[in-house]
Amino acid sequence: MEAVLGRAGLWFVIMFLALAAYVGAQDAGFAAHAVVVGVIAFAFLCVTVMRYDPLARAQSMFRMPPGPSRYDDDVVRWGVIATVFWGMAGFLAGVAIALQMVFPALNIEPWLNFGRLRPLHTSAVIFAFGGNALLATSFYVVQRTCRTTLAFPSLARFVFWGYQLFIVLAASGYLLGVTQSKEYAEPEWYVDIWLTIVWVAYFIVFVGTIVRRHEPHIYVANWFYLAFIITIAMLHIVNNLAIPVSFLGSRSYSAFGGVQDALTQWWYGHNAVGFFLTAGFLAMMYYFVPKQAERPVYSYRLSIIHFWSLIFLYIWAGPHHLHYTALPDWAQTLGMVFSIILWMPSWGGMINGLMTLNGAWDKVRTDPIIRMMVMSLAFYGMSTFEGPVMSIKAVNSLSHYTDWTIGHVHSGALGWNGMITFACVYFLVPRLWGRERMYSMRMINWHFWLATLGIVFYAASMWVAGLTQGLMWREYDANGYLVNSFVDTVAALKPMFAARAFGGILYLAGGVLLTYNVWMTIAGHLRDEAPMTDAKHNRAADRPITAAPAE
Amino acid sequence: MANESNIENRVDQPTGTEFVGHEWDGIEELDTPLPRWWLWTFYATIVWAIGYVVAYPAWPMIDRATEGVIGWTSRGQLAEEISVANKAREGLLEQIAATDTALLTDDPQLMQQAVAGGAAAFKVNCVQCHGAGAAGSPGYPNLNDDEWLWGGDLESIELTLQHGVRWDGSDQTRFSLMPGFGDIFTTEEINALAGHVLSFTGRSESSATGVQLYADNCLSCHGQSGEGSRDQGAPALNDAIWLYGSSETAIRGQIRAPSHGVMPGWKDRLDPATIKMLAAYVHSLGGGETLAQQSDEPAEAADEQP
Repeated sequence: MEAVLGRAGLWFVIMFLALAAYVGAQDAGFAAHAVVVGVIAFAFLCVTVMRYDPLARAQSMFRMPPGPSRYDDDVVRWGVIATVFWGMAGFLAGVAIALQMVFPALNIEPWLNFGRLRPLHTSAVIFAFGGNALLATSFYVVQRTCRTTLAFPSLARFVFWGYQLFIVLAASGYLLGVTQSKEYAEPEWYVDIWLTIVWVAYFIVFVGTIVRRHEPHIYVANWFYLAFIITIAMLHIVNNLAIPVSFLGSRSYSAFGGVQDALTQWWYGHNAVGFFLTAGFLAMMYYFVPKQAERPVYSYRLSIIHFWSLIFLYIWAGPHHLHYTALPDWAQTLGMVFSIILWMPSWGGMINGLMTLNGAWDKVRTDPIIRMMVMSLAFYGMSTFEGPVMSIKAVNSLSHYTDWTIGHVHSGALGWNGMITFACVYFLVPRLWGRERMYSMRMINWHFWLATLGIVFYAASMWVAGLTQGLMWREYDANGYLVNSFVDTVAALKPMFAARAFGGILYLAGGVLLTYNVWMTIAGHLRDEAPMTDAKHNRAADRPITAAPAE
Repeated sequence: MANESNIENRVDQPTGTEFVGHEWDGIEELDTPLPRWWLWTFYATIVWAIGYVVAYPAWPMIDRATEGVIGWTSRGQLAEEISVANKAREGLLEQIAATDTALLTDDPQLMQQAVAGGAAAFKVNCVQCHGAGAAGSPGYPNLNDDEWLWGGDLESIELTLQHGVRWDGSDQTRFSLMPGFGDIFTTEEINALAGHVLSFTGRSESSATGVQLYADNCLSCHGQSGEGSRDQGAPALNDAIWLYGSSETAIRGQIRAPSHGVMPGWKDRLDPATIKMLAAYVHSLGGGETLAQQSDEPAEAADEQP
């Protein structure tokens, strides 16, 4: 009872502080965010006061682990649901802004114009969809490969819900015009501080779990997860160093200025790709591909060499985003050189993933989840080849600022990150909810084809658009005069924008199938259909080691 | 590893490769060596990178970076490319700069080159307001027609380009300011006045009030029959060209509270030859006038249907 009172008091204090922040707010965006925090604190206050019965509390969504003999999967379940939910939100926002490019009348001022929806789309797919997938899978994988339960169960729950609050504050901020205008780091100072707190908690839970492992060695997936968690913390903190205009306002000034700011931003931006979208997702690949293929990992040596070379090289490649700018030539050179050396380390991950199927290649034909994983690795290989090519200065002078970049990013994001995440969700849902298999394996196959076709439309149209744009911008006539105005190039790209939007709609349609399939599986339904191959699941063996370590 | 290998030299049947001996949640690892092509390509990129950083500026030292043995800089490359382009046009630009603007039309070949150069400069600097086809939009004049607020001969266009319209960066800027009548006239008076303005193009009947109000307040700038005045930048009201809209509502609004557009002057941003070429381009669009034409037949707009 005293503990309940204490917790209720804590929520009351937070609610009161939020109210004070609302009253003293210097601008509408900060006031809105104070209201969001206040409402959440009020909701928790009510829940805490009403549910002081410990039995009822055990059944709430903050369900504690069932005990040391079972894995603590509650956060993983919530994470999978959040992944699907935010994925749909992000895909929908993406289709909306793709259509805005074709039909400018769809820009609804001011909240839903392109400038505000675009960061909503990027953050929703990268940090909400991708981030929740990483949270959920890392908590799932680290427990199983360490054969132990999560180290700090309450902290793990705080990580998940705190991260959702970060997403809500970031997304609502974009629509209200709260942004510090750094690409992929748009949230303002107070949201950044909150994310830092959540991230440190994430680090503590993850490392704590590894420390109490019952396995002699740390599995390669956990190296990648750890690299992702540590590096993202470093990138996030350094790039977001800023001085708030007021402690009750949503505006701040960056600690860096001019080209230093640009370099810090792209050091951050490129390594968000390198450590969030690559290292983290390679970790997913290293656990789920061998599990689904039921085959050993292709090469232990390759995983060591490509892990360390990838980690060492990625961090230097950022300056290739600033070719032919005020950035000094030497920094541009190093950015380009490191990007090119990065080619093989990146491909090491692809080789290790694809070749794990040695001896099980027939599953590409029969198992739709394996098919998704293979396509995902193929797109990973393609975009990690395209990236070094685009970092070459001569190529970059044509591709920079064009839609080629957008095509490149999406072949990686839709192909690699999207496909591997879908495959992991399809792997996880039946295991987490104790079902025999997904509601429909055939529907996964449909999802695979819709997504693949969507990516083909997306990437191909943006390649054509980017080359068209780049060539039109640099076109001079015989007398050395510019041939096209900017708006001429925009007019020329319109059909490509339409093809891109169509590709996005196909990809979104695949997402609808995913949502339906996951929903029906959780609801406990099983579609009556011709069977397809799926990996076996030994539920009895899926438990931590409770006795002394194996050695 | 050595003592483990005795126990753990099991061989994976489908691939014929040995296991390493670790196992996590059922996942094992094979002891496959690094693919040779992978390793050699990795080495090749490193060797190439070493060559590249020797050739190009790369390593930050205490007060400057290494310059690279081939002496390349991005500034140097840009300067070289610009100088090549300038050299190709050297004679032309000098010739245009040296030619008196009014006499540009006397040399058809030079005029043609000037128009081409102006078209390119227009795409960079002017399309944002005047549109890619120079057809303008409400508030931004169409440059294809032959109505000119400030004159349509080469020299007048050049002056407008240099100093802008209502631009606070130059004393010689084109300046006109129509007063707003919203606080002075009643609604009926404004309607009567708009009716009289519309009567110039036969779109409405005039009225005694309208005639009187026009004579007292508008005639000095816009002229007896709405022919306008280029000396004062007063637009003609007797043709089909309306900068802020031709509807009766738009005209009433313009009487009540007139919009005053601003065009920046370009004398500080563009060199004189480019401004001259821009003038030639705008002049060539369809409405260009010669000096003589301007003084002989002021604002004659015979072919415009109201």
